[in-house]
Amino acid sequence: MPVVTEIHVNGVRHSLRADGEQPLLNVLRDDLGLTGTKFGCGEGQCGACTVLVDGVPIRSCHTPVGSIGPQQVTTIEGLEKDGQLHPLQQAFLDAGAMQCAYCTSGMIMSGVVLLTKNPHPTDEEIVGFMDGNICRCGVYQRIQNAIKQAAKVMAGGQP
Amino acid sequence: MSEPSSSSSPELYPEQYELQGLPAARPFRFRRRAFLQLFGTGLVVLCVTRRAIAQTESGGVRGSATGQSRPANLDAWLQIATDGTITFFTGKTEVGQNIRTSLTQAVAEELPAPIDSIHAVMGDTELTPYDAGTFGSRSTPDMGLQLRRVAATAREALLDLAATLWSVDRGELTVADGKVLHVASQRAIGFGKLTQGRKLVRTISPETTVKLATEWSVAGTSVPKVNGRDYVSGRHRYASDIARPGMLFGRVLRAPAYGATLDSVETSRAEAMPGVRVVRDGDFVGVVAPSSHAAAQAVAALKATWKTHAQISEDQFFHELRGGGTPPENGLVRESDGGLTLKRTYTLAYIAHVPLEPRAAVAEWKDGKLTVWTGSQRPFGIRDSELTKAFGLGPERLRVIVPDTGSGYGGKHTGLAAVEAARLAQAVDQPVKIIWTREEEFTWAYFRPAGVIDIASRVRADGTLATWDFHNYNSGSAGIEPPYAIPDPQTKFHRADSPLPQGSYRSLAAAANHFARESHIDELAGELKIDPLEFRLRNIKNPRLLAVVDSAARAFGWGRAKIAGRGRGLAVGVDKGGHVATFAEVAVEAESGRVSVTRVVQAFDCGAVVNPDHLKLQLEGAVIQGLGGALFEAVHFENGRILNPHMASYRVPRFSDAPSVEIILVDRKDLPSAGAGETGIVTIAPALGNAICDATGLRLRSLPMAPDGLRRPG
Repeated sequence: MPVVTEIHVNGVRHSLRADGEQPLLNVLRDDLGLTGTKFGCGEGQCGACTVLVDGVPIRSCHTPVGSIGPQQVTTIEGLEKDGQLHPLQQAFLDAGAMQCAYCTSGMIMSGVVLLTKNPHPTDEEIVGFMDGNICRCGVYQRIQNAIKQAAKVMAGGQP
Repeated sequence: MSEPSSSSSPELYPEQYELQGLPAARPFRFRRRAFLQLFGTGLVVLCVTRRAIAQTESGGVRGSATGQSRPANLDAWLQIATDGTITFFTGKTEVGQNIRTSLTQAVAEELPAPIDSIHAVMGDTELTPYDAGTFGSRSTPDMGLQLRRVAATAREALLDLAATLWSVDRGELTVADGKVLHVASQRAIGFGKLTQGRKLVRTISPETTVKLATEWSVAGTSVPKVNGRDYVSGRHRYASDIARPGMLFGRVLRAPAYGATLDSVETSRAEAMPGVRVVRDGDFVGVVAPSSHAAAQAVAALKATWKTHAQISEDQFFHELRGGGTPPENGLVRESDGGLTLKRTYTLAYIAHVPLEPRAAVAEWKDGKLTVWTGSQRPFGIRDSELTKAFGLGPERLRVIVPDTGSGYGGKHTGLAAVEAARLAQAVDQPVKIIWTREEEFTWAYFRPAGVIDIASRVRADGTLATWDFHNYNSGSAGIEPPYAIPDPQTKFHRADSPLPQGSYRSLAAAANHFARESHIDELAGELKIDPLEFRLRNIKNPRLLAVVDSAARAFGWGRAKIAGRGRGLAVGVDKGGHVATFAEVAVEAESGRVSVTRVVQAFDCGAVVNPDHLKLQLEGAVIQGLGGALFEAVHFENGRILNPHMASYRVPRFSDAPSVEIILVDRKDLPSAGAGETGIVTIAPALGNAICDATGLRLRSLPMAPDGLRRPG
């Protein structure tokens, strides 16, 4: 795969030289210093490395950076706007939806996509959509609550 | 490979000690003058044994203050800087249990000062006092109390300073919110200002008293995770996120099986890759590369041949654990007086901790001194055992820093990744980062011990327990004592040679011993046709246990009619100062045998509750984690190889496995706080097993119980 020379992340164009076969995750973390996206399994099984590519959630641990092209990548670092947390980030804080929090970035990125596609998800829909994200600390019930809280806040037109 | 081997030496694997009970007290080194240079002006309060200080200052032998029993040799210190910033220092580590928050609450309570004015420095061997490690649910009872005393000493010193400054009677002063107040003259002064640019040092005295839990206003409340915003914004840097100037990426060549020795390794293909260097030192072979991707390619390009030897496989090891002896006969005997004798055997598989952050380390050598950032529960242990042994350096040339870590569950007591990164960094003279792959994490760390448990019991016709004979092979002794009123119960833990590397896991063996005991108790109740709750009530005399059983039973609605097609079960336990009762409801699909956990209610008493919301969070998490080991988690192995070292083949609980969990806290403000990270996990497996039996009539005595749905007896 050819060398990748630029990538768009969180609205910023970055110049770099990276082997196109490298996982996007490595480029984000090691070349761009965006370490909010985590390595969990390297097998696409745990969701810790979830980022958005043109709004679509992908597992960055096994997505070659050469496949991204001009698409826009969004990571956890890109959710906060002008010092204001995304409603789902705030909801995670309010619901206490984390212990070690290593899964949190991936959970929030997946949850943001769910809420974009489905602004009022039922419990079953949340479970179905989020089942690819593992929280080994077992905080699932709280994460579910956080997603529901964020759905309410977002429906209310609050930032 | 040289380090990770199943023949674990106790020196390198101190968690083996933990299986027997509490860790041995360690000598600590305290250099007061050097230490105080770390601080600027302000007030410093130390909690160390006076004997250690006296010896150090009089030129006595350092590190000779041994033999102190916990918590006397657990140290902590606190600094109030001139600008009012309050910093406390503890060797404990944050692994998701939210101890950073609850210790901050303890300090905020005693001073008192606002939560956000207090900062904690944790798990850094250069900055924090010696600590044996973060395990055994000891942080709250030991470190929490020490920090309270430190903070209380600071408060008293500040009152003295204010009384002198204003020439008023100390009794006229009050203290609140980071300030000392003299109400009569309407004066107030911040803690930092009181030190007036001086450097003041106080040591706590044994008489220091702390507030009663009934007087708490900050402790005892649900303060949110103190650095929560760093996590939801992706800013927090775990060990695996640390970057250093000039840092390279390392990978280690792994053997194909435990105990294999290296015959030969062909390195030329790897060495031909741009920027790649191969490091070899005996059986240790590693690569260093400019990116983690290149390191992965380089390690894959190494061609090695290994000598392996035959090892015990999964199909034989239960027999081996019992020392090869004849298993006792199992069975039920009904006696003429209406009583019963029951003999049963229970087994449990090896399971893996699966911390979502794999073992990771960044190592940097500078001027002959090594600094390692790593995720661990034992920064000082890694420094004093593994790194000291590997590099022959004293503690003054070794620094271990543990950033708040992506969980441990007892699985991060060793420092293998730290040693590996340090070896590679030393060889290439540049900082090196290692993040273990998931396969390495599943293979080269250590496991929750497997075990075999034999129980023989006798129960009278009235449902009171008469005799109890309990033998645990290999899994451990924690939680082995029954919480029931039984005359002279016999319990014994038998050590065994484990085919796999094994060590601490959340609650140690308490989860295993509770599974066997509470399954057995339920079977006795069933055979006597006594309601399982009623049966337990006839045998429990411990009032704290009775209280949690009662709370959980009422919240669960044990007396209410059952939902058709569902089964209900309960289990109770006492361990590490916690009292727990768990009620569970399951649904079993008739066709597939799939077990769904529909509801769990758990009541818990660990004395005075420090942070109710975080305590509930710990217990909710313990239930979910315990559910995995109860129903489907198992490490499969054959001839020294792990057969399922991937997330796809080792199933952990997901959203779709998680039931509704209701936690009830029995807050005993009249009792000291015990730790709570572990005991919440001990009762879920037997509660689920008992519920499955209620639903199906199947009594399951092996963990995991339903790896692929229920196995029909055949």
